[in-house]
Amino acid sequence: MTDAPMLEPAKADTSGRSQWWDVWDQFKTHKGALFGAAVFLFIVLAVTIGPLLWTIEPTFIDIRARNSGASLAHPFGTDQLGRDILARMMAGGQVSIAVGLTAMLISVLLGTLIGVVAGFFRKLDGLLMGLTDLFLALPLLPLLLVMVMLFRETLSRSFGPEMGTFILIVSAIGVTSWMQTARIVRGEVLALKEREFVLAARSIGTPSRRMILRHILPNVLSPIMVSATLGIATAIITESALSFLGLGFPPDFPTWGRLLFDAIDYLQQYPERVFWPGLAISLTVLSVNYIGDGLRDALDPRIRGR
Amino acid sequence: MLTFTFRRLLLAIPTLVLISLIIFLLLDLAPGDPLADQPLSIPPEVRQKMRDALGLDSPAYVRYLLWAKQFFWVEPLVFVDWVAGTSFSEGMQRILSWQFRAPVFDIIIQRLPQTLWVVGLAYVIGVLIALPIGIISAYKQYSWFDQIGTFVSMIGFSVPPFFSGVLMIVFFAIMLPWFPSIYDTTLVVNDFESFGQQIRQMTLPVMVLALQTTAQLSRFMRASMLDNLNHDYVRTARAKGMTEKVVLLVHVLRNSMIPVVTVIALGIPSIFGGAIITEQIFKVNGLGQLLITAIYANDLPMVQTLAFIFAVLIVLCNLIADVLYGLLDPRIRYD
Repeated sequence: MTDAPMLEPAKADTSGRSQWWDVWDQFKTHKGALFGAAVFLFIVLAVTIGPLLWTIEPTFIDIRARNSGASLAHPFGTDQLGRDILARMMAGGQVSIAVGLTAMLISVLLGTLIGVVAGFFRKLDGLLMGLTDLFLALPLLPLLLVMVMLFRETLSRSFGPEMGTFILIVSAIGVTSWMQTARIVRGEVLALKEREFVLAARSIGTPSRRMILRHILPNVLSPIMVSATLGIATAIITESALSFLGLGFPPDFPTWGRLLFDAIDYLQQYPERVFWPGLAISLTVLSVNYIGDGLRDALDPRIRGR
Repeated sequence: MLTFTFRRLLLAIPTLVLISLIIFLLLDLAPGDPLADQPLSIPPEVRQKMRDALGLDSPAYVRYLLWAKQFFWVEPLVFVDWVAGTSFSEGMQRILSWQFRAPVFDIIIQRLPQTLWVVGLAYVIGVLIALPIGIISAYKQYSWFDQIGTFVSMIGFSVPPFFSGVLMIVFFAIMLPWFPSIYDTTLVVNDFESFGQQIRQMTLPVMVLALQTTAQLSRFMRASMLDNLNHDYVRTARAKGMTEKVVLLVHVLRNSMIPVVTVIALGIPSIFGGAIITEQIFKVNGLGQLLITAIYANDLPMVQTLAFIFAVLIVLCNLIADVLYGLLDPRIRYD
């Protein structure tokens, strides 16, 4: 997902190498990032294609095979109701990664919008940055918990328990994590505004809307992409934390955090059951962090080519 | 500098008022009814009287102003009374928790020591470990020490506390029964043995929290040291014949500490936030656990007050970080 934009050739430049090939070349030299991308790709493929190959339903209850250890029929064993843990891990991974991606999209869109508007229009700068500072001063985890507690019932009634919780968690995480992106983007936009090409564009009468879309946005793409990758990691951790505290998805709807939370009750008897969801969360976050690290270097033209 | 501090303090007031309003309005939407757990046999008119007594039917702004009065006026007075032995607050209504039927602040005072001990100690230990790691990693950039440091801090970033905590329990409480997995708050430290027990039960949560602090701070310290190591004054110091130790620990370290100190100040409130999860895992009944149980129990005054205290901490630490930055770095003066 994250390296998709680097693989596609740029639209404007058809002659020879595009900028994205340079980025990819630099990205390749970062061992950790390449490894992280491979691991992340593997996890995404495992949770999307995996259920097609491993056809046990994650909600199928085989009560006679409950609490069984690792075997050929159940490579990760089964839980207290005899549900296959491998299947539940894959189903949980789909939800966790979907939450991570969607929440990241919301937070990056919000952050970019607010950052660009604040940086570009001087009149709105004070107001919007005041808002950003206000949000940064909010105690986020407590507020997230409160938001989930308050709106879970209402949304569950109108969209069904799974979809309602998904919408709630994704938007709650998105609304509480856009501030860093907004600050970075605003800083970049403020610096860009002083550059000659912006002055040139303005002097030929470019309207503000086209100015932002054609001249400003493409130039702030790199910090946005970096904060987007890191945003996936934080969103996955936040979702798991909510599920872990019992305020995430409903119990029959597995996510990695929920699986970890459920496994805690059997920590004494089956400590290995905690291990798989925890490892999945940590590996995903670790790989995404490494990708972000590599992207930051690859997208920085001062480092690139050295 | 003083005018700057004063101006920032004044600016913090509207921020805090807005935050308290946001928290109040959010909680105002809560669907729960605080009288829901009362027996059904209570006649409706008595129930109505109870609602009136709790002030549930008055308009939102009245309830907000009442809460604000209690938080900013009554509770400080109670504190003054408690310290000075006066009786200003006699007969005044304090913020009452619906769950405990006791003043919110009394319960917070009960819970504060556990949080301060575990979380505060973890933060101090994390800082003490992180700084040397950051310094050595920067001085020996790309050495094996640096590589391991980078990897360990990446892990510290990526392994969330609810997994590292559980792993610690699996390894050090179940497989090797060295430490207890549950924090016993009733333990009274009065002799050498109970002190040892206290240390043992604090070890696991402190380790989990310290890992996170170390991961973030050591990277930051390293970056800050690297920034300074290439400056001209370092070459000058070496050319003057200073020993490496003096160059590193006196010249470079003092300059590198400026941003690090502000980051340490900024991290204090976030540690309180992260402690919610760690306290939940190890059953430390501190402030984080208090918040969680209050949320489950629909105890709105408690949630509101705790969330606001967290917000005050964040704003205060931001202010301290800003002032420290100006004090430590004479190049930055805000006036």
